[in-house]
Amino acid sequence: MSTSDVTEEEMHGQKPGRDAVTGAAGVVGEQQRRERDARPSERHADDGEFASYYGRPVINAIVWEAPAIGGYLFLGGLAGASSALAAGAELTGRPGLARPLRYTALAAISGSTAALIYDLGRPERFLNMLRVFKPTSPMSVGSWILMGYGPLAGVSAVTALTGWFPRTGRLATYGAGAMGALVATYTAPLVCDTAVPAWHEGYRYMPFVFASSAVAAAGGAGLIGAPTEQSGPARRAAVGGAIAETAVSTAMEHRMGLSGELYGRGTAGRYMRAAKTLTLAGAAGAVLGRRSRVASALSGAALVAGSACTRLGVFHAGRQSQEDPKYTVVPQRRRRDARERAENAQV
Amino acid sequence: MNVSTDSGAEQPRLGFFTDTSVCIGCKACEVACKEWNMVPEDGLDFTGMSFDNTGGLSADTWRHVAFVEQREPLAHQETGLGRRDTVDLGMPSFELPGASAAPEERGEFRWLMSSDVCKHCTHAACVDVCPTGALFHTEFDTVVVQQDICNGCGYCIPACPYGVIDRREDDGRAWKCTLCYDRVGDGLEPACAKACPTDSIQFGDLDELRERAAQRLEDLHGAGVSSARLYGEDPDDGVGGNGAFFLLLDEPEVYGLPPDPVVTTRDLPSMWRHAGAAAVVMLAGVAATFLGGRK
Repeated sequence: MSTSDVTEEEMHGQKPGRDAVTGAAGVVGEQQRRERDARPSERHADDGEFASYYGRPVINAIVWEAPAIGGYLFLGGLAGASSALAAGAELTGRPGLARPLRYTALAAISGSTAALIYDLGRPERFLNMLRVFKPTSPMSVGSWILMGYGPLAGVSAVTALTGWFPRTGRLATYGAGAMGALVATYTAPLVCDTAVPAWHEGYRYMPFVFASSAVAAAGGAGLIGAPTEQSGPARRAAVGGAIAETAVSTAMEHRMGLSGELYGRGTAGRYMRAAKTLTLAGAAGAVLGRRSRVASALSGAALVAGSACTRLGVFHAGRQSQEDPKYTVVPQRRRRDARERAENAQV
Repeated sequence: MNVSTDSGAEQPRLGFFTDTSVCIGCKACEVACKEWNMVPEDGLDFTGMSFDNTGGLSADTWRHVAFVEQREPLAHQETGLGRRDTVDLGMPSFELPGASAAPEERGEFRWLMSSDVCKHCTHAACVDVCPTGALFHTEFDTVVVQQDICNGCGYCIPACPYGVIDRREDDGRAWKCTLCYDRVGDGLEPACAKACPTDSIQFGDLDELRERAAQRLEDLHGAGVSSARLYGEDPDDGVGGNGAFFLLLDEPEVYGLPPDPVVTTRDLPSMWRHAGAAAVVMLAGVAATFLGGRK
């Protein structure tokens, strides 16, 4: 019998000592003895210990690319909220605010759709998305939302540019504004409807994070594109969206359970901290620099960048929670143990 | 709701029962699956962790034999009389190893082997989230990807709670076990079950397999192997039961299986409600920004 003892624990940094002889009390360290004596059946997830298959992930790696799908989520939000804000600006007679937002919406939704198609394994089969309508698949629902929204955003932007068919353009802007709320929020169920712990467990908060982040970004786009005398609503949207985004995403990280901690760690942590810094700085700049076109535009750019960082942070938190089996196993083990305890108590 | 369940009167549900207590880790299932289904090479890797150099299920691995090495006695070997200080040095002899020693003197060691496969869930998250309809439930209630439809969106991959389905990089589409849809349609058993030399992999009508599994579990418990348990056979679990279920000798997570999987779409109605609420709040918030005067 071999004397080396290859167990999953040793994959976590503890090198098998050359003297780790089977069962020999004199040469086995106290720590190793304790670990060896803790039978899997006696280990509890509550103690922070859990079993895994050589530390390998339970669920498979996410094949989406961070820039493509992070960009898809961010640009969809920017487009949807820009359309909503543009519709309000149109309705209240602020063409100087509506016009740049109508352009922003078309550019962003084009980029979002392009990123989605680029990330497909078979981009030439994108139209297969429209073979069926499946409410059980947020990506199917999202594709149909894009098919409805995209042409409206297109007509809205082209009529703004050319000045042709102004009434049609206005109607398209209103339609895009109403649908924009769906465009900005459907991506939350899209990422949450997976077995990825850091996404699924946050599903009650994610739509509000995405919606508020989208509003902050659209407010930022308005501050960049609109003259200061018409940018009041964009400024209020920027500040309100920024405060809501920071509050809701902080609440999500603290309340979603074990994998919430990942939003503060590694790449995800860096993006989430950058997002909060940029968003709050942008909001402060939007208030303090309200008389300056340049300060407003810079604040707007910070808000747009902060919104992109939020999506990338969410994306990386999901990836990190997939890579470590702890985030899959421990919550499920606790749930199962609790259920079994309850069943035993009934008997 | 599966159409095939509703019309299931004449066509019983087919599946696998993988009894890991008799798996010898020969990997004949992996080889047979690759050959029959023409699955490409999945990397000539050396993991350095056990005899398992396959790693796990992926687009190019539809059967995966796990090797778990443990300092554990099998349940019926447990003596509890402080035998841990004995060491079997494994010195060469003319006898079979351990033949002259009493069971409790053989040292504590066991090797768990288990052939993993797609679970063919009753409520399959991959089928639910597939935006093209490429993934579907067959008339045998198995789950199959239609390769001429799949556009490689990759959504099914994070949706699967077991880490089964994956995207083939040079091909761009999602691939996984088909439960040999081409063979079972012709009345043949799947390649892995056909090749298994110990009948660790059993194929057949799911109802019959469940009866067989219950009997096997009873026998093992009677023989003192108290750690034996079934995994995925319960139609009331988070995925509505598996079409391919297992008899395990330790906790599922030891084999790399999730201990309490739930189909993610169970929460989808609530997700849509939250998203709808967020959309309404967003429109109200944007409208409110226009209330504050002409500035």
